[in-house]
Amino acid sequence: MTLSAMRVAIIVFPGSNCDRDMMVAIEQLTSRRPALVWHKETSLDPVDLVIIPGGFSFGDYLRCGALAGRSSVMHAVLDHAARGGAVMGICNGFQVLTETGMVPGVLIRNAGLKFACRNVDLAVCDTVASPFTSGLAAGQHLTIPIAHNEGNYFADADELRRIEDNGQVAFRYVAGAAFGPANPNGAANDIAGVLSPNGRVMGMMPHPERAMSPEQGGSDGALFMSKALEALVS
Amino acid sequence: MSESAEVMTFDNAAAMGLSRAEWDLIEKRLGRTPNLCELGIFSAMWSEHCSYKSSKKWLKTLPVDGPQVVQGPGENAGAVDIGDGLSAIFKIESHNHPSFIEPYQGAATGVGGILRDVFTMGARPVALLNALRFGDADHEKTRHLVGGVVAGIGGYGNCIGIPTVGGEVNFNKSYNGNILVNAMAVGLANSDRIFRSAATGPGNPVIYVGAKTGRDGIHGATMASAEFSDETESKRPTVQVGDPFTGKLLMEACLELMASDAVLSIQDMGAAGLTSSSVEMASKGGLGMEIDLDLVPAREAAMSAYELMLSESQERMLMVLKPDATETARAIFDKWDLDFMPIGKVTETGRLVLLKDGGIACDIPIGPLVDDAPEYDRPHHDAPARPVLTSQNLAGDKSVGAVLLEMIGHIDLASRRWIYEQYDSQVMADTLAGPGGDAALVRVHGSRRGLALTTDCTPRYVESDPKTGGMQAVAEAYRNISAVGATPLAITNNLNFGNPEKPEIMTQLVQSVTGMGDAARHLNTPVVSGNVSLYNETDGTAIQPCPVIGMVGVIDDVATAGGNAFTAAGETIFVVGQTATTTDGWLGASIYQAHYGDATIYAVPPVDLDAEERHGTFVRTHIVNGLITAAHDISDGGLAVAVCEMAMRSKLGADITADDDAISHSWAFGEDQGRYVVTTTDAAGLAAAAATAGIEVTKIGVVTDRQELKFGAADTISLAVLTEAYEGRLPALMA
Repeated sequence: MTLSAMRVAIIVFPGSNCDRDMMVAIEQLTSRRPALVWHKETSLDPVDLVIIPGGFSFGDYLRCGALAGRSSVMHAVLDHAARGGAVMGICNGFQVLTETGMVPGVLIRNAGLKFACRNVDLAVCDTVASPFTSGLAAGQHLTIPIAHNEGNYFADADELRRIEDNGQVAFRYVAGAAFGPANPNGAANDIAGVLSPNGRVMGMMPHPERAMSPEQGGSDGALFMSKALEALVS
Repeated sequence: MSESAEVMTFDNAAAMGLSRAEWDLIEKRLGRTPNLCELGIFSAMWSEHCSYKSSKKWLKTLPVDGPQVVQGPGENAGAVDIGDGLSAIFKIESHNHPSFIEPYQGAATGVGGILRDVFTMGARPVALLNALRFGDADHEKTRHLVGGVVAGIGGYGNCIGIPTVGGEVNFNKSYNGNILVNAMAVGLANSDRIFRSAATGPGNPVIYVGAKTGRDGIHGATMASAEFSDETESKRPTVQVGDPFTGKLLMEACLELMASDAVLSIQDMGAAGLTSSSVEMASKGGLGMEIDLDLVPAREAAMSAYELMLSESQERMLMVLKPDATETARAIFDKWDLDFMPIGKVTETGRLVLLKDGGIACDIPIGPLVDDAPEYDRPHHDAPARPVLTSQNLAGDKSVGAVLLEMIGHIDLASRRWIYEQYDSQVMADTLAGPGGDAALVRVHGSRRGLALTTDCTPRYVESDPKTGGMQAVAEAYRNISAVGATPLAITNNLNFGNPEKPEIMTQLVQSVTGMGDAARHLNTPVVSGNVSLYNETDGTAIQPCPVIGMVGVIDDVATAGGNAFTAAGETIFVVGQTATTTDGWLGASIYQAHYGDATIYAVPPVDLDAEERHGTFVRTHIVNGLITAAHDISDGGLAVAVCEMAMRSKLGADITADDDAISHSWAFGEDQGRYVVTTTDAAGLAAAAATAGIEVTKIGVVTDRQELKFGAADTISLAVLTEAYEGRLPALMA
């Protein structure tokens, strides 16, 4: 299969606000416009990748992603994942994935108690076999922006040990060129992104769709996503 | 007794801020005494906030026309042509009083309100900016207010998903009891698909959409038109509460509906809520409106006609639809889970008729409400004369480097990172230059075109010399836009002043509007929208006057835009707009003067509009053709601060030399206007281009790969030390 044959679905909640940005990013990489799937849908057409984009799904006045995680479309996403389908959640999408239990852990308020929008440096981790990391070298650095208020990754000691041992940590915050502390939110073990046990579902706080070209300030987001898409079609 | 039967007296009117003459006029126009609801409607429409009664005479002197203008003042926002059949639609608006009482909600609803003004015109918002003024850094309330306002601006913008790309902030003790929170929104629309507010077609349905009406923000417009006192805390219930999620739903639903041809006219419910929206729509259409208040979606039971009409609950819109489009429209609002309620109809009567509980709660002629709104020519005088500061040095024998280190950590010069990192500046993925540049640069989605955006005002200049200060605000905004390579197009203004009934305040308003108008005419940047906020006083003490300019420019190809960070070691540094003498340098009214404790109000640096235009055109032209590799306008803190910022943003150093061996403080920190620091790889080419254009340029140094700034032969200071002071100031204040 070629990239242009790839079927990507982006889930749209009423408060999603990175859905268009992700659509443009995927189209840039695949030359094919992904489907936007409204949250009230109860089924998904067969797709190669489901993306849950950033934003404030239902306002996030309750716990972030809590309502979205229980919305009707998410039952279809859970079925897709149960069949081994690939799912990627970015920022609020990561929060939604933790609410459904598709990836381990939770995301709590940033340690600084403030929204944080800036570049961060990430290191790719040595992971369980996963399309989201297989095209990148373990230890490789990426610079990608974050924009969140609740990105402080938390899991209890047993679970942290388990996901570390299983190779479920996809990305870690590391020191680099970005201004400010390497870990921007207090995340446990500097975790920026995690995988499901089978490596097919990934959630990450940074926004690759905002780092798609040098004029946006960098193209490491395009690098990461193109490698992931290539791995998914091969 | 029913509400409509309650007969009002002048005492009731006075409590709502109306004068005896205004009360008499209401009785005369009605031919009877108004009831509570009617009086509330008159007082809101005739409030300073809605009627501009003190400023209207002077606002009329501003230039509003130009070939680029698609929509001037009078609609929800202004619009300018940016090419390709697109318009940039923008406006700035204040939320000063609510933000002081309740900083998070005040600031958040300020953002929500200005976004509604823009998408009401059919534009998708693409950028937010702001202009903030807080009290002394040491004042007991400042930390709380800064924290709350910044969180509130971020809370709304981040959630609704519109990037906050720029802004400005100053600290001054005159704002201790009355902060300023001005929010600007910019959107894009097809120029032939801009929606306006004039009601059309008697019999057409009037539809209420969005959030339900509650008891929040009742009579907010009247509060915004009065001075503050110790009793301000008691006004907390007049602050609205924002819901950015509902704002997002409303924005998407309205834009989806406006993509069809169902909407005839639309108006957001901002200040004075249902009152101003219904009255303005009917008035602009030369028609009347009948509304059944029992149909208004209400959050609480038993709300009175007065409360329903004066509530400033957020996230609401009023629209007139084509009669056959109601069901299509309803389906869209159902999809977004928003209230959609036909509440009345357009009429031919020219009257506002409100029905409630089977009776008539209000029946007033719309003409007098709008046309008879008072207009005052308040007394004013000449601006006071100010002495010229002749000293070239207020800091003794300190080196330029040592002074720079003290200055760069000054609260008005230090990095704003602590603030802007709390704003999502990148959502929509078209922000090519966010906060920290001279102007923000936002790509027009799907094209190579870019919008350059900035907000500006230097209140200490306006206080010293309101006319020059008004001019300077426009000129500095013009420089900001030019310094990224864009062509300035038009402005929106937010006039923040004290009590206009005091001649010295009225003088500030009149003179600064005059200066602003002169500059806008000369620089071909007409005023297409704006807002006036008066009575910014606490217990009789006025704020430093702050007529904020928001400016929009355009660049054809974003790849040709420039930044304000040095690009490579070895490049030559020039000042555009300056002769080669080291003895000039205007320190009066500068940050340097303020920093070294001289509290005298000196004369401000003169503004030469002709030079501004020539220098701006030169810089813009040569950024786009690549001769200039980086540019930064010289403003607060002068030349040395501009060079320092360019170095810190690039991690490159600079050797600064002058014709004289010793660099004077006035040369380094003077705030002479109309100047830019620029760099080039082709020094001879730049000098030749300047000579051809008749522009004064002076070579002042070279970019180095050493992590330091060097002034003259031996005065060096490391970038790491400067950066620590620059980046540390705001975090230290807010820690």
